[in-house]
Amino acid sequence: MNISGWIQLALFTGVLLAVTKPMGLYLVQVLDANGTTFMDPVVKPLERFIYCLCGVNPAREQDWKQYALSLALFSLAGMLFTYAILRLQHLLPFNPRQLGALTPDLAFNTAASFTTNTNWQSYAGEATMSYFSQMVALTFHNFMSAAAGIAVAAVLVRGVARQGVQTLGNFWADIVRLTLYLLLPLSLVFALFLVSQGMIQNFHDFTTATPVEMKAGVDGAAPQVIAQGPMASQVAIKMIGTNGGGFTNANAAHPYENPTPLSNFLQMLSIFLIPSGLTYYLGRMVKNQRHGWTVWAAMALVFLAGVTVCWWAESAGNPRIAALGVDAADGNMEGKEVRFGIFNSALFATVTTDASCGAVNAMHDSFTPLGGLVPLVNIELGEIIFGGVGSGLYGMMVFIILTVFLAGLMVGRTPEYLGKKIESGEVKLAVLFVMAAVLSVLGFTGWACVTAWGQAGLANTGPHGFSEMLYAYSSGTGNNGSAFAGLTANTPWYNTTLGFAMLFGRFLMLLPLLPLAGSLARKKIVPVSGGTFPVHGVTFALLLVATIVIVGALTFFPALALGPIVEHFIMTGSAALY
Amino acid sequence: MKKLLVELKTSIVATLVIAVIVCGAYPVAVLAVAQGVFPEKANGSLIVANGTTVGASLLGQSFTQASYFHPRPSAAGTGYDATASGGSNLGPTSRKLVETVRDRVAQYRAENGLAPDALVPADAVTASASGLDPDISVKNALFQAARVAKARGWEKASVEELLRKHTQGRTFGLLGEPRVNVLQLNLALDALGRNGK
Repeated sequence: MNISGWIQLALFTGVLLAVTKPMGLYLVQVLDANGTTFMDPVVKPLERFIYCLCGVNPAREQDWKQYALSLALFSLAGMLFTYAILRLQHLLPFNPRQLGALTPDLAFNTAASFTTNTNWQSYAGEATMSYFSQMVALTFHNFMSAAAGIAVAAVLVRGVARQGVQTLGNFWADIVRLTLYLLLPLSLVFALFLVSQGMIQNFHDFTTATPVEMKAGVDGAAPQVIAQGPMASQVAIKMIGTNGGGFTNANAAHPYENPTPLSNFLQMLSIFLIPSGLTYYLGRMVKNQRHGWTVWAAMALVFLAGVTVCWWAESAGNPRIAALGVDAADGNMEGKEVRFGIFNSALFATVTTDASCGAVNAMHDSFTPLGGLVPLVNIELGEIIFGGVGSGLYGMMVFIILTVFLAGLMVGRTPEYLGKKIESGEVKLAVLFVMAAVLSVLGFTGWACVTAWGQAGLANTGPHGFSEMLYAYSSGTGNNGSAFAGLTANTPWYNTTLGFAMLFGRFLMLLPLLPLAGSLARKKIVPVSGGTFPVHGVTFALLLVATIVIVGALTFFPALALGPIVEHFIMTGSAALY
Repeated sequence: MKKLLVELKTSIVATLVIAVIVCGAYPVAVLAVAQGVFPEKANGSLIVANGTTVGASLLGQSFTQASYFHPRPSAAGTGYDATASGGSNLGPTSRKLVETVRDRVAQYRAENGLAPDALVPADAVTASASGLDPDISVKNALFQAARVAKARGWEKASVEELLRKHTQGRTFGLLGEPRVNVLQLNLALDALGRNGK
């Protein structure tokens, strides 16, 4: 841990703070069907044209059931669209390597993965996906799963902000406006910036290079074949939409996919950009900006704690390696890139798992046990520390509801959130949201542990092997997509179980939120009184953090004890190897 | 039921319309501007010498000869395979990790004439995340300078001077880590010719 790292951390947090309000104010306009933006002269005609083609009236608002139906059917159509392209890959254009069709289980897993904003990848991008599949089958969901996530967050915010109404907005207007006014322009600008840093964007076949030693006639030197493709357009939205699915197997560690420290800095920032702006959007919409900032501060607190632990653990390194005569001052460099070093690898790992991004610039599987514990815990807390685009805010709002419920129990008053009474119906839906994740993560991990197919996929054994399985199902259910990548997950069993874990994690958690929003929207707002529990300020922020940590810890501590925690004590206190 | 069918039709039409925009127009627009403004980067930062593509400045490649600086160990394919990027994914208590690093430490000390108890830079004996890491740490490069100079019959100082020229600091003095691009340094060595002058 050095000064340079602390300065970079301060800079990152400072820039994030600075972009929060502008992004939030812009979101207010985008998420209002009658909102105005500076892009209206250019984009408005296109927006109208799309409504016309789809036969949608954007002014007709939907109740929660209609909204849920539109969302479910649109997700289903998109998932089938992607499945079909992947199964027919060999017949489609832009396939210079003549890659074959994906197997049914891999195509199902990938379609589920991208539809749910997870971007878990059982495959290696450059060896499996044609340029057409990357650009059409996968990029489609990079945009749409992000838009759908933000839309649902907006619906929940509207539920709190409105009173005595049934309707929550129009799904089609929300996703079209989010795509045209927010995701597409941001991605265009960011993609071009990334190319300026060295990222590729072409349709060429792979390049065959004659390396220096081969040219010099050194024995055994072989040509270097270099993967190419339309990378920048996909990577830009992969970060902005917190999707995280890499164009290449090494993801944001690949020098083409993250060429410079500057591209790395802005990729990390782009993960948090919209989620952070959404906290401001929340404050603005419910007319309590202090509440928005308090949520931001609670998130920032957990974020900084995570970075610090991960950075410390990776700097301290692996004593087994130091004992071999490797300079301990360099930290744990296995699975890390020199241009990023220890600090930026730890920061990226924390950011990508605080959010539901899942892009990686270092291999989490090779982190020290406590360094790897941080991303794992971040995912298991529900990825609500800024979180995925939309999913971070709606997950956090569930925890806010649980927090005011607990606070209400402690002081013996009916809990209320921003003037809305929180009654048993709301709390049941909130608990359903939490329980869906728990059952999927622990259920599937337990199942994989005791089966031959589960153990067959492991690259590491002992506690680290258990961590690989726990991480996989946490990442799948949490819709993160990062991995302890030693796990060989491209088998029918893993592909299928992880596919279902991702679908459960998205839709079993997202669907309870819509009736919750509907129920909140119908309620009258109770005026603030002396007995109202304030949802801003230090007390509330700490109570919120405590609720998140207690729920997460009570749920996952036993599993974590069997994985990273015991591995830490084995690494530091014994000579055992696996 | 009729309402369900209408929604279903909207879903399908919306999927296709949006796909045309975000999967067609958008990547092609990025491609057109990228190829127009940054053609060299958009095509992979390839290095062409005398009509032959020798590699990409952003990607590492294998070097084994004593007269060249060596890159980091690579887990991509059989080493620096730019169609199979990836790390070793070995965990911290892995027997294979410890045994592999032990061998690399011994080899690094032998190649560079270091004492048997000399501390070895971590990046020299660990596999990178991508398997294509183009860089090594400055410390690692300095340890190798004497070997390279000896193999080329140069003064050590002229190798070190070239190394200094090819050392990249932090971006804006802030971001990332100081580093040396191995391929570019080795090409610069070759460009200087026989005596390093």
